[in-house]
Amino acid sequence: MATTATPETLPAHEDAHDLHSHADHKPPFFQRWFMSTNHKDIGTLYLIFAIFAGVIGGAISGIMRAELAAPGIQYLGWWTTFLGGDGANFDETLHLWNVLISAHGLIMVFFMVMPAVIGGFGNWFVPIMIGAPDMAFPRMNNISFWLTFVAFCSLMISAFVPGGTGNGAGTGWTVYAPLSTSGSPGPSVDFAIFALHLAGASSIMGAINFITTIFNMRAPGMTLHKMPLFVWSVLVTAFLLLLALPVLAAAITMLLTDRNFGTTFFDPAGGGDPILYQHLFWFFGHPEVYIMILPGFGIISQIISTFSRKPVFGYLGMAYAMVAIGVVGFIVWAHHMYTVGLSVNEKMYFTAATMVIAVPTGIKIFSWIATMWGGSLEFKSPMWWALGFIFLFTVGGVTGVVLANGGIDDNLHDTYYVVAHFHYVLSLGAVTALFAGWWYWFPKMFGKMHSEFLSKLQFIVFFVGVNTLFFPMHFLGMQGMPRRYPDYATAYELWNWVATKGYEIMAVSIVIFFINVFYSLIAGKKAAPNYWGEGATTLEWTLSSPPPFHQFETLPVIDDKAGAH
Amino acid sequence: MAGAKNHDYHILPADPWPLITSVSAFVMTSGLALFMHDYAFGTYLLIAGFLGVIISMFSWFGNIIKEAHAGDHTPVVQLHQRYGMILFIASEVMFFVGWFWAFFDFSLFPSALSEVVDGQWPPKAIEAVMNPWDLPLLNTMILLCSGTTVTWAHHSLIHGDRDGLKKGLWATVILGVLFSALQAFEYMHAPFPFGENTYGSAFYMATGFHGFHVIVGTIMLIVCLVRAYKGHFTPKQHFGFEAAAWYWHFVDVVWLFLFVAIYIWGGGDAPYHSA
Ligand code: HEM
Ligand SMILES: [Cu+2]
Repeated sequence: MATTATPETLPAHEDAHDLHSHADHKPPFFQRWFMSTNHKDIGTLYLIFAIFAGVIGGAISGIMRAELAAPGIQYLGWWTTFLGGDGANFDETLHLWNVLISAHGLIMVFFMVMPAVIGGFGNWFVPIMIGAPDMAFPRMNNISFWLTFVAFCSLMISAFVPGGTGNGAGTGWTVYAPLSTSGSPGPSVDFAIFALHLAGASSIMGAINFITTIFNMRAPGMTLHKMPLFVWSVLVTAFLLLLALPVLAAAITMLLTDRNFGTTFFDPAGGGDPILYQHLFWFFGHPEVYIMILPGFGIISQIISTFSRKPVFGYLGMAYAMVAIGVVGFIVWAHHMYTVGLSVNEKMYFTAATMVIAVPTGIKIFSWIATMWGGSLEFKSPMWWALGFIFLFTVGGVTGVVLANGGIDDNLHDTYYVVAHFHYVLSLGAVTALFAGWWYWFPKMFGKMHSEFLSKLQFIVFFVGVNTLFFPMHFLGMQGMPRRYPDYATAYELWNWVATKGYEIMAVSIVIFFINVFYSLIAGKKAAPNYWGEGATTLEWTLSSPPPFHQFETLPVIDDKAGAH
Repeated sequence: MAGAKNHDYHILPADPWPLITSVSAFVMTSGLALFMHDYAFGTYLLIAGFLGVIISMFSWFGNIIKEAHAGDHTPVVQLHQRYGMILFIASEVMFFVGWFWAFFDFSLFPSALSEVVDGQWPPKAIEAVMNPWDLPLLNTMILLCSGTTVTWAHHSLIHGDRDGLKKGLWATVILGVLFSALQAFEYMHAPFPFGENTYGSAFYMATGFHGFHVIVGTIMLIVCLVRAYKGHFTPKQHFGFEAAAWYWHFVDVVWLFLFVAIYIWGGGDAPYHSA
């Protein structure tokens, strides 16, 4: 990650004020935020949107955890009535449960994690880290954002129009047929499907934008093999988006025509096959899980290197491990389908292929550790988050390898073990990486120092909370508790109660997060250009905090000899 | 914006069209969702949203052309556009992968559970398929021919022969329209209905999406033709034309796969029906 720029081409810090005079000329409010063509402003919009969506998705999971705290149906009836339905109608209340889990999954995947890591941090830092003044297609960048926004609106509308046995789309985030076709006659699922179409179009355009930007707009001297790992991670992610999303688009279009125009893609009566939907979905779905985590890998690499004051160990191996994960990620999809009746040979293939991914993933974990080895470590709050990430993600990765075994998965599929697995890699992996990136770059983006104390406090509370929340789910899964039900046998009571307590602790950490954000924006000290010091070597640290409205009006030149690895 | 920029990238001023396009697309999809469930006002929303998208694209792409003439499309910006178009086509390829996946699933593993399919391909309910050596073959020739004429137009453009450019484009557009017309004719006289079984689903959706792409490609070429009459494009700078031509070739290649897989091979032993 040798990205040191030659001094004469840098906007020197003393000149930061001067730069403000022209490069910092900002358009008026409406134009700036609704008609933006500026990658940093669009990144900010994405981050605000992701936080907003995350609060909604998180609130929904709060309702879910409250309901699951004890056996029996406690709150669903009340919520059904509250949302304008008939709480006394049992079918309707159970349908609401399906709507809640579907909305939670869809919101967190498409409207929280993806907009935050790719739209938010990707937009903010990819151009800066490669020494570019903006993205390749600034207008297309903006339509990516607004399409995400209207996609979210479409999903919200779906909750209030008729779906199956009540309002809303109760199909799960995977939108499996036939529940999503003949099982949900109302327009709700159509609104949800269009939400995915719109979000998909947004992401495809975003992917085109990132790939073009990274290939064409690197500053002189910034070869591919010198790009910071965060940029590498976004590059690989963008390829996954570009190639995986169109297949989802085709699949959900088939759902649409099956629902409304009499095709039989997934209808066995006409020769169709619901399993075909699963294949198409997971051909997208597995790359999708890497889409959510790879940018997190990139963020963690930047942070570990910064606070170890060392370039990342095995830089090229790290970059190509991500490429390998991306490539292999396309040929393992059916590990989500072990119980649909695959042949033994298919199961063996998908088991073996899935396990192969653990190799490049292991390369990443070990290289992070090796980076810290012998480094002069500094435990600033982003480093806490990054260390937490390594631990938590590894737990999720290990359970992934367990699930990868077709034989074992026959037992664990659709149990809470799977829920534990993917929350360890996502809620504890991807989200931890998000918080790590947030507190690493917050002062850079907003110009105000945050409270390190509150960030660390948030980390501790979050760490305790999410582990209390999700670790017991491994036990529940191994005891056979199925996922996606609002009620359960009393044998599962204890660990469910513990999990709900964990949710409450986790919720406190989110309150601390908001306190820190508002406190810092209002009362934070002005941030210096490079507030992390020597270890922070990528190009964003050569700019003021926040950077000028248009950075690099004169392109930086990357000095070969300063190459750090 | 105002800065003293010392690079060749294109820094754009604030622009309303991304927001307008997104809202229009949203109105359109919402209208469609309501329309499909027989809410009367869905139709109006659908039409309004669709018009909004069309108007947005017209203005947006119009602005791009204006910027090209203003000299904003430096060599590196043109390179961006090339990458953008190639990547877009790559994503389109994956979209068709989805449809071919469904087709091969149905044809290689015909369902024995379904009475209308009865473990055969083409399904039992399909009494006759289209004769591939009839209109489909003609359509194949038409598209291949149009690939040639668009190359003729391109070479004329490169050699400064404006007349050849226009003739080549005219020929391509006419062939494109002819293809769509024959395809519509074929649909109207097809021996099997839309949907109802896997054949009627996979056949119409795959060829239908291809047809839609042909129409989009034809519109792109018509725009190029209009621009050619307006004196746009130079032998050195004419990416708008090239993008349309790439897209056209892509559509052409998809057709070849459809022709071989669905029309020739996919017809199996079923008797031919002549339109
Ligand atoms: C070492 C790497 C990994 C392996 C071997 C692995 C393996 C698996 C397997 C076999 C399943 C299917 C379990 C079942 O449904 O029975 C699964 C589910 C899942 N995994 Fe992973 N995984 C890995 C990493 C990840 C990562 C990095 C993420 C995301 C950041 C992720 C997200 C998910 C999700 C969301 C599901 C559940 C999807 C659903 O059914 O709703 N996994 N994983
Ligand atoms: Cu997977």
